[in-house]
Amino acid sequence: MAEPTHAQSHSQSAAIGAETHPVVLFENVCLRFEGPPVLEDVSFQVASGETRILLGPAGVGKSVLLKLANGLLRPDCGRIFLFGEEITSMPEDELLKLRTRTGMVFQEGALFDSLTVRDNVGYQLMERHLPVDEIDQRVHEALRFVELEHTYAMLPASLSGGMRRRVAIARAIIDKPDLLLYDSPTGGLDPVTSTTIDELIIKERDVYQTPSLLVTHRLQDAFTMVSHRYDAAANQMVPLPHGQNNANTSFLVLHQGKLIFDGSTEALVSSKDPFIMEFLA
Amino acid sequence: MPFAFDNLDTLAKRMLFAVQDYSLFCWEAVSSLFRSPHYWPDVMTQCDLIGVGSLPIVVLTGFFTGGVLALQSAASLAQFGAQAYTGRFVSLSMIRELAPVLTGLMVSGRNASGMASELGSMVVTEQIDAMRALGTDPMKKLVGPRLLSTVVMLFLLTIISDTVGTAGGAAVAVFISHQNGTQYFTSAYQALGYDDIAQGLTKPLFFGFIIATVGCYFGTKTTGGTQGVGRATTQAVVVSSVLIIFCDFILSRALLWLYSGI
Repeated sequence: MAEPTHAQSHSQSAAIGAETHPVVLFENVCLRFEGPPVLEDVSFQVASGETRILLGPAGVGKSVLLKLANGLLRPDCGRIFLFGEEITSMPEDELLKLRTRTGMVFQEGALFDSLTVRDNVGYQLMERHLPVDEIDQRVHEALRFVELEHTYAMLPASLSGGMRRRVAIARAIIDKPDLLLYDSPTGGLDPVTSTTIDELIIKERDVYQTPSLLVTHRLQDAFTMVSHRYDAAANQMVPLPHGQNNANTSFLVLHQGKLIFDGSTEALVSSKDPFIMEFLA
Repeated sequence: MPFAFDNLDTLAKRMLFAVQDYSLFCWEAVSSLFRSPHYWPDVMTQCDLIGVGSLPIVVLTGFFTGGVLALQSAASLAQFGAQAYTGRFVSLSMIRELAPVLTGLMVSGRNASGMASELGSMVVTEQIDAMRALGTDPMKKLVGPRLLSTVVMLFLLTIISDTVGTAGGAAVAVFISHQNGTQYFTSAYQALGYDDIAQGLTKPLFFGFIIATVGCYFGTKTTGGTQGVGRATTQAVVVSSVLIIFCDFILSRALLWLYSGI
């Protein structure tokens, strides 16, 4: 049972305030492969302009939940809405069109290894047969955003792990999506590179204000996200004043297939749930 | 005993499920060819990889198979004073049976494995999911072009194998068995009817379909990391080879009945 928090009411009020449907809405979703259920009775929403960080230990079903949100997997029960449309049993052809409105960053980047960085980042635009000049210009813009313009003609194999994630972010944001899904974007990276990725995500959040759902098991990244903002003048992230957190960023905690927390940073750190206390310790 | 029956039951269910899954996959693959968008540049790339790439092994296999056929048949036919029929024996064997089957097996070994490993690697590195997340249907982008190009290129490769096999037989007949070359080619040409050519060129259409669908099926169903990719590759080659030989028997029976009423 998710704890009632003011962040939950915040996201609801944000949705009502905007007089629109939530960008993502999960209603009593469950999923099982073989063995015990992966997800049980999961309900939450991502409102417009909101960033939600899904925390949980490795192997708890966070990536599965993210794939469900994008219709890459289908739930056994419950309903999932994306941009107000129910995708639970939507045909794949319609889902493909809907997915062009989302950007997804996969755990290891999932770049197409036979394509150059240019073709990876501009893939969606090439699929739409846009003019070559426009594709080139937008690829340069996206790569400039992640500060990797010099990798334009390289193949993914010649990039480091951190660079691949940054290219994956460029690929996800090139078409200015209405929702961003990050699957452990800092997983397996060293602390310095992780900070660079965090900075890019914060920059994306504060510059474009795209609603996003971010999955991670690293508390440090999660708390960096809520306690920092992007300073455009300095072109870097800077800490928010002491005791202040980003109001549009809130948390979800998944444990043993169940969503045990849905709320703000303050509610998370003051939670009395034994698992959360141990997880945060 | 109950344990053995339980295993049998599970195995039968698993096999039935696999057949059902493969049939659905084939249906989706074929229907993807008739739905836009069409990826013609990918079709051309695959034609190059499958057709031009397989040319050396198909030429070598065809040439030496024709040569061996001529060598063996010439010795046997000489016992009955019928060495002049070597060309007829070689061309009929090559065109009706050996060229389609051997070309199918060669292309299967080279390309079904290639497709399974390529798509399998894409699955385990989440590239297929990334493609779907970017709004592209992997069935249309990856499977459709492979299916179309394998069917077309196997048909053409079989014609090349027919030609090279007959030429290989001629080389052996002329240079080793010291037969008359004109006699060989006349015998080879006169023996052939349109039904023989139709038989020989119907088969690669089915074999190409088997190679592409089995290779792509095992590739897209890969699980279990790099070990899974290896397993998928092996399974693709084994299953497609067995299916080609099984299908060859069924097709031969059906085509013989159709053309000769046998």
